[in-house]
Amino acid sequence: MDSILRSQAKSQGRQEVCIKIENLKLFYGEKQALHGINMEMPKKKVTAYIGPSGCGKSTLLRCINRMNDLVDNVRIEGKILLENEDIYNRSVNVAALRRRVGMVFQKPNPFPKSIFENVAYGLRIQGINDKRTLEETVENALRGAAIWDEVKDRLNDNALGLSGGQQQRLVIARAIAIEPEVLLLDEPASALDPISTLKIEELINELKEKYTIVIVTHNMQQAARVSDYTAFMYMGELIEMGHTSELFTNPKKKQTEDYITGRYG
Amino acid sequence: MIKQWFKSGSPWIWLNAGAVSICLIFVVGLLGLVTVKGGGHFWPFQVAEFVYQEQGGQPETLVGQITDTSVTGAAMAKAAGYDMAEDEDTLVQYLIKTGNRDLTGADFRWIRERNIQRQRFPADIIVLERREWGNFYGYLIAVKEGGNTIAAGEQALPVVQERIAAAAAIFKEITRIEKKEIGAINYGLERLRLKQKRFELENRWEPAAEKRIAAEKADYEADYERYQEQLGELYRQIRRDSLVARTASGKELEIPLDKVVRLYRPNAMSLGDKTVHYGRKLIEFLTDSPREANTEGGIFPAIFGTVMMVIIMSIIVTPFGVIAAVYLREYAKQGFMTRLIRIAVNNLAGVPSVVYGVFGLGFFVYIVGGNIDRLFYPEAAPAPVFGTPGLLWASITLALLTLPVVIVSTEEGLARIPKSIREGSLALGATKLETLWRTVLPMASPAMMTGLILAVARAAGEVAPLMLVGVVKLAPSLPLDGNFPFLHLDRKFMHLGFHIYDVGFQSPNVEAARPLVYATSLLLVIVIIGLNLAAVQIRNHLREKYRALEG
Repeated sequence: MDSILRSQAKSQGRQEVCIKIENLKLFYGEKQALHGINMEMPKKKVTAYIGPSGCGKSTLLRCINRMNDLVDNVRIEGKILLENEDIYNRSVNVAALRRRVGMVFQKPNPFPKSIFENVAYGLRIQGINDKRTLEETVENALRGAAIWDEVKDRLNDNALGLSGGQQQRLVIARAIAIEPEVLLLDEPASALDPISTLKIEELINELKEKYTIVIVTHNMQQAARVSDYTAFMYMGELIEMGHTSELFTNPKKKQTEDYITGRYG
Repeated sequence: MIKQWFKSGSPWIWLNAGAVSICLIFVVGLLGLVTVKGGGHFWPFQVAEFVYQEQGGQPETLVGQITDTSVTGAAMAKAAGYDMAEDEDTLVQYLIKTGNRDLTGADFRWIRERNIQRQRFPADIIVLERREWGNFYGYLIAVKEGGNTIAAGEQALPVVQERIAAAAAIFKEITRIEKKEIGAINYGLERLRLKQKRFELENRWEPAAEKRIAAEKADYEADYERYQEQLGELYRQIRRDSLVARTASGKELEIPLDKVVRLYRPNAMSLGDKTVHYGRKLIEFLTDSPREANTEGGIFPAIFGTVMMVIIMSIIVTPFGVIAAVYLREYAKQGFMTRLIRIAVNNLAGVPSVVYGVFGLGFFVYIVGGNIDRLFYPEAAPAPVFGTPGLLWASITLALLTLPVVIVSTEEGLARIPKSIREGSLALGATKLETLWRTVLPMASPAMMTGLILAVARAAGEVAPLMLVGVVKLAPSLPLDGNFPFLHLDRKFMHLGFHIYDVGFQSPNVEAARPLVYATSLLLVIVIIGLNLAAVQIRNHLREKYRALEG
């Protein structure tokens, strides 16, 4: 483990750290799903988690905005530091944390409301009801998610009438409307067609200028295309983490090499 | 071969289809029967004049409307004691409505077809609908004003119609004054009496208060005097006119016009006239109060009471059931206890409704209502206010009865909301409560409406518990009127379901009331269908609005 950290530190140089995970263990009842994960994610970069199904990458991602709190019988040990604050500290307001750490899920999950109300949802939760502010923020968010041109004429239509790819970008717009610091993307393109996938990937490239992004993906080509750093996980453990280009061309662990060359997973 | 046929599945399909068709036939048959029997009641059928001679008796003249026919086989008739001629295969009997209950003591009479010597339909037969003693069948002779004949023979008819219309207008005014104005005065006086008693109980019965109340009382009494005078004048006017009519047997009878609702000559009416008559009767049925022990007139108070009770019940049961379901599904830790509660709730739905009535009477009326009276209405004692069956308790009892339906369907609705929607909301920084209010509950609203629809359907048709907790045969006043506080939850009310029971089984004149039973049943079905359709409409609208994610 130490060697990984060290190599990471070396490769990352003087990057500012946004999220730091320290010895994170997670148990579903008796079953341990994460075994002492340590990693650092630099600010305004894209970090990709790859690994075979059930390796714990989504679980790890959902720890970062405490989504796992919703699951019964979950026990979490260790620390996750967001800007040096432990998010599992008892004094942390979970709702406030989730405003700082936005999340986009595997399947598009727009609310059965209008497009406008979907994007304004997070703002309304914060008690912002001023029409001008809402309109401005919604437009910016939709532009930021590269969907404004497609929906600007039908903001009052039901969001469920959009295509899957549009829905997913709408959900991203919804997440960035409340200006989080971190965006967690849980296989955001896995339910989409290739063209929509391409659009999402382009969008991720644009979004990293403003946000720290963590993306879980099944697709190694996607990880290679969009991420700056890649973490390979296997059986609830972090096997290797490093610069994406380095990890894919010159993996240090045999397991990583086996996985990226397609020998299993 | 047969085996092959069984294997092919055709018998199974036939069985399924057969079951569905039988259901359909029953439903259509039920609605058809009720519609025909109930709807026909208002039609002005022909009235016949018979010359009838019983065996060994004198010939007599009968006037009436054939309402039923019975055909009995000869052997059976013989066994029952009828003497039959050799060439007769069947015994045919007619039930005729002869009316004139004040003269003959009965409204109906069975006659044998064989003994009818002559039958004709004279155009000048009149039917009088009266406020007392049921219909009168006979012939119009003259009209009198203050005892002096003013028209007779052919001229009598237009004059009498005019006078009846005038009398009806006066009667309406009298009813209005008695019910509304004097009703309000009585209500006000009763309130003053209670106020005075309250002051006395609280030892605040001081000269100032005494003076004020005496002044108000004097005001009311002055009003009362005024109305009384007005009424006296109206009564004098309405009693002035009368008509003279002759029955089939030749007896002459003077009937004051204030006792007449309408007069018509069914045999002289064209189809158009009959349709107009039918429409008028139908409107009267829907908008008027009952008369003659509920066997005549309208059923408006019962419609009003039913709808009112259902609405109040809905207002109580919906929030209550939804809140309980939200707790069970969203907050309670799922385990043995929640399972036990669910079982209990489901079993509540199976408890016979009359048990709820007994519970409502024992708990709501006597314990809760009794204590409310003791605490808040000490001045009314010993007369109960809420400590007696009434609209509020009936609504609450039915709310309890329908609570399981609402809980179960709301829970199902909540369970069907995809997890991804909740997570989406939480991930945007919403708390659990905000997620519930802003997304989950709106999305579950169609399911709540489904529960409410089932609840309404059940509550509107329920009779047994209502008999114990607030429904009466005849309520003197509606639970909603112009006297402050307008909605009187403590009042007893009328209900269509109970009305059917009362008219059909408790009526002094069952035969005459039977068509009304059908008509009321039809109306009850229509009211329930109407309430349901309204709720279904709302539900479909909500469904369209909150269409959940596919898959």
